[in-house]
Amino acid sequence: MLDISGIKRLQFDVLVIGAGGAGLSAAIAASQEEGIRVGLVCKSLLGKAHTVMAEGGMAAALANVDERDDWKIHFRDTMRGGKMLNNWKMAEIHAKNAPDRVRELEHWGAVFDRTRDGLINQRNFGGHRYPRLAHVGDRTGLEMIRTLQDHGIHQGIDIHMECTALDITKDDSGRVSGIVCMYRETGEFIIFETKSLIFATGGAGKSWEVTSNSWEYTGDGYGMAYEAGAELIDMEFNQFHPTGMVWPPSVKGILVTEGVRGEGGILKNSEGKRFMFDYIPEKFANETADTEEEAARWLEGDKSARRPPELLTRDVVARAINTEVKAGRGSEHGGAYLDIATQRSAEDIKKKLPSMYHQFKVLAELDITKQPMEVGPTCHYFMGGIKVEAETSMTTVDGLFACGEAAGGMHGANRLGGNSLSDLLVFGNLSGIKAAEYSRKLKSMPKIKDEDIKRIIKSATSILNREKGNNPYLIHEDLQKNMQYNVGIIRTKKEIVDGISRIEKMKEEFKEVKAAGSSQFNPGWHEALALRNLLISSEAVAKSALLREESRGAHTREDFPDENKDWLEYNIINRRGKDGKMETIKEKRGNPDSELKRIANSSIEELENEVKKDHEKLMPKV
Amino acid sequence: MSLRNFKIYRGDDERGELVNYQCEVTEGMVVLDVIHRIQADQANDLACRWNCKAGKCGSCSIEINGKPRLGCMTRMNEFEEDQTLTITPLKSFPVIKDIVTDVSWNYKQNQEITPFTPSEESKKKDFVMMQKDVDRVQEFRKCIECYLCQNMCHVIRDNEGKENFSGPRYMARLASLEMHPMDTADRIEDVKDKHGSGMCNITRCCTEVCPEEIQITDDAIIPLKERVVDRFYDPVMMLFNKIFSKKERQKTKSKVSSFLKMFF
Repeated sequence: MLDISGIKRLQFDVLVIGAGGAGLSAAIAASQEEGIRVGLVCKSLLGKAHTVMAEGGMAAALANVDERDDWKIHFRDTMRGGKMLNNWKMAEIHAKNAPDRVRELEHWGAVFDRTRDGLINQRNFGGHRYPRLAHVGDRTGLEMIRTLQDHGIHQGIDIHMECTALDITKDDSGRVSGIVCMYRETGEFIIFETKSLIFATGGAGKSWEVTSNSWEYTGDGYGMAYEAGAELIDMEFNQFHPTGMVWPPSVKGILVTEGVRGEGGILKNSEGKRFMFDYIPEKFANETADTEEEAARWLEGDKSARRPPELLTRDVVARAINTEVKAGRGSEHGGAYLDIATQRSAEDIKKKLPSMYHQFKVLAELDITKQPMEVGPTCHYFMGGIKVEAETSMTTVDGLFACGEAAGGMHGANRLGGNSLSDLLVFGNLSGIKAAEYSRKLKSMPKIKDEDIKRIIKSATSILNREKGNNPYLIHEDLQKNMQYNVGIIRTKKEIVDGISRIEKMKEEFKEVKAAGSSQFNPGWHEALALRNLLISSEAVAKSALLREESRGAHTREDFPDENKDWLEYNIINRRGKDGKMETIKEKRGNPDSELKRIANSSIEELENEVKKDHEKLMPKV
Repeated sequence: MSLRNFKIYRGDDERGELVNYQCEVTEGMVVLDVIHRIQADQANDLACRWNCKAGKCGSCSIEINGKPRLGCMTRMNEFEEDQTLTITPLKSFPVIKDIVTDVSWNYKQNQEITPFTPSEESKKKDFVMMQKDVDRVQEFRKCIECYLCQNMCHVIRDNEGKENFSGPRYMARLASLEMHPMDTADRIEDVKDKHGSGMCNITRCCTEVCPEEIQITDDAIIPLKERVVDRFYDPVMMLFNKIFSKKERQKTKSKVSSFLKMFF
């Protein structure tokens, strides 16, 4: 019989899982609440989470570069980018709060690039009406995570690094009571008793073969939350970033920032044609340049010119590249050419995009100030995730909160570039405050049941104890191939059905997975533990993708190529059914606040006039 | 494509050996790819750290043929086809397992640094800082905390040095704070005593290994040493510092220097 009496236990009021931008923000916010003990658990070393890879910037209507900007316009851009499927309230909270969160980050020590007047500079990005992204060259994510880290370590947060969360425990009333984790270094287990739990665990981008995500993004939050009875929402919306590296093979998928296009980079096919002019959706035709001449004027700062088509939303650009390649007009290694060399001076490129310059120079032996890059779509981001209540970030399980990429809803069917970093700050902060409030109301620590602890530990150690079994790396590789080919950027019923049946088979193989070696820093074991969560995430993606019979945002069905207005009324929910199998159902969306609906559906001219009047009212009278 | 030879350290801090592996190397592969291939096919439990695979997170620091490098940014075509690559953990830190080291000492150094401290007054409105005044600070903030500089620093390699010197990474962090236009804290005494700036004798090993090409020695350590000297070893400055607070010192200094610039 497993003896658990020797396992270390720690108690917290709020425990955060994940230490990227969202997790650190949440932990910092909770730690400001009086008498709240905060813990933070992360799979990697502190400061290494995927937030460091975010390059372009964080979107916030600071209006430092274009005074016409306002939360209303940011909100409208976000809703339109998300094809109106976004959680209205979340998009509102995000647009309204982003500027304050960015300023707060500056007060904590972030050093953004400056405008001529010495304010935070902002750059253009796909889908954003005005230059809106606060940035630091092309390493904004690093700046953000380092700032939060260096500020966070002085807030009395108890940090546990290289520690993997295994599963949630609940008390008899169904409240979260804790989580069982494992230190990667030693393989020792630890039990965290906590009144509330915040998942800031990121996405599951490692389900695909071509991905910009690192090993950490195995859907741990989705898997654990699902097992604990939480609902997953919008899982069919997986963002393929249009510009990942395509050559050489070993770096395939590594991100090339949208900032390249924000700074004027253009996309060309093998015939040298600037093809994005052929892919402007009707909905954006009024706001997009239709000649190279107009696009060039826009780049020079002419405010009357419309935006170049390279800055259309990510779903549009990714599909366009995909179509060009399929039509035989792809680049040498099956992508498109992204050319900044002919658009900006070498000096500008090195100053504005230093890490892209460095990345291509070292990894592809290519000088982007002289030659075009080769780029193609790469899996980048989960719009969907754990379903949360907009105002509190609480999931459908009492005491379980989620924020950042782990939470779903805010971005609808497609996320605008730059809206992720601001989302991390806004909803990290909100969930930290709300979780602390929730914990304060609980008089005593909810009880963890011994049998739950034993079950969780046994299922982890059985992977090591098996005499023989399947190689976890190879199952993972099969899963990635399956998702790439059957549930990739363009989907059809036949392929998705095939994909789901293969996932079923892999779930069987997973039951017999075996990791060789001891429990100390054993990547094979870690890989096997992550597999369960990858499989749950992939199954949810595939089943949702099958059910949504339309194309919207990042979800493209070849057999249902158009948006269907009836589907705009529904989200898709995945949850564990009574029989233990995954249930995938349509859920009717709530009615939006009429004011938010009016703003999102206004024409840009109407809204710009309205904002102008709003701003005049706020101006001091002379 | 070719079959290449590798020797990888397997073991812990007390016991271990170089183990031979062979791996197919294809175009564009970096050393981290090789480690992953070996891990997947031949040694599932081979421990290694990595995250971004693009030189941005600083997790995969190792020594390749004795040189501290990032595994993800070291291409295999740098080496001759018949050359055996030896992959070992960072020398300055205890080995946890295989090529993973315990770098927690670095986190402790960071904890000791007085964080960014703007005045309450300045937080009431937007910071106004000119780009040219933050260029230097931004250079230091490019640091990805790979600890290659810490590993290379001969003061830190010597274990007693760890007690007296925070190392180049944290000299750069201290410099980034001291040079931040909105910061009001004074860390110069700490730079000397707690962080041991005097231990560095400017051999520039740290600067040479920095994958971000930060001029750690010239732009961070030497200016910090100068501030320490100004404060503690220059009799005129010592008197000046006794009389004025940090803010006043900066104001008076800039007045004096603009006055002097009129003549020189």
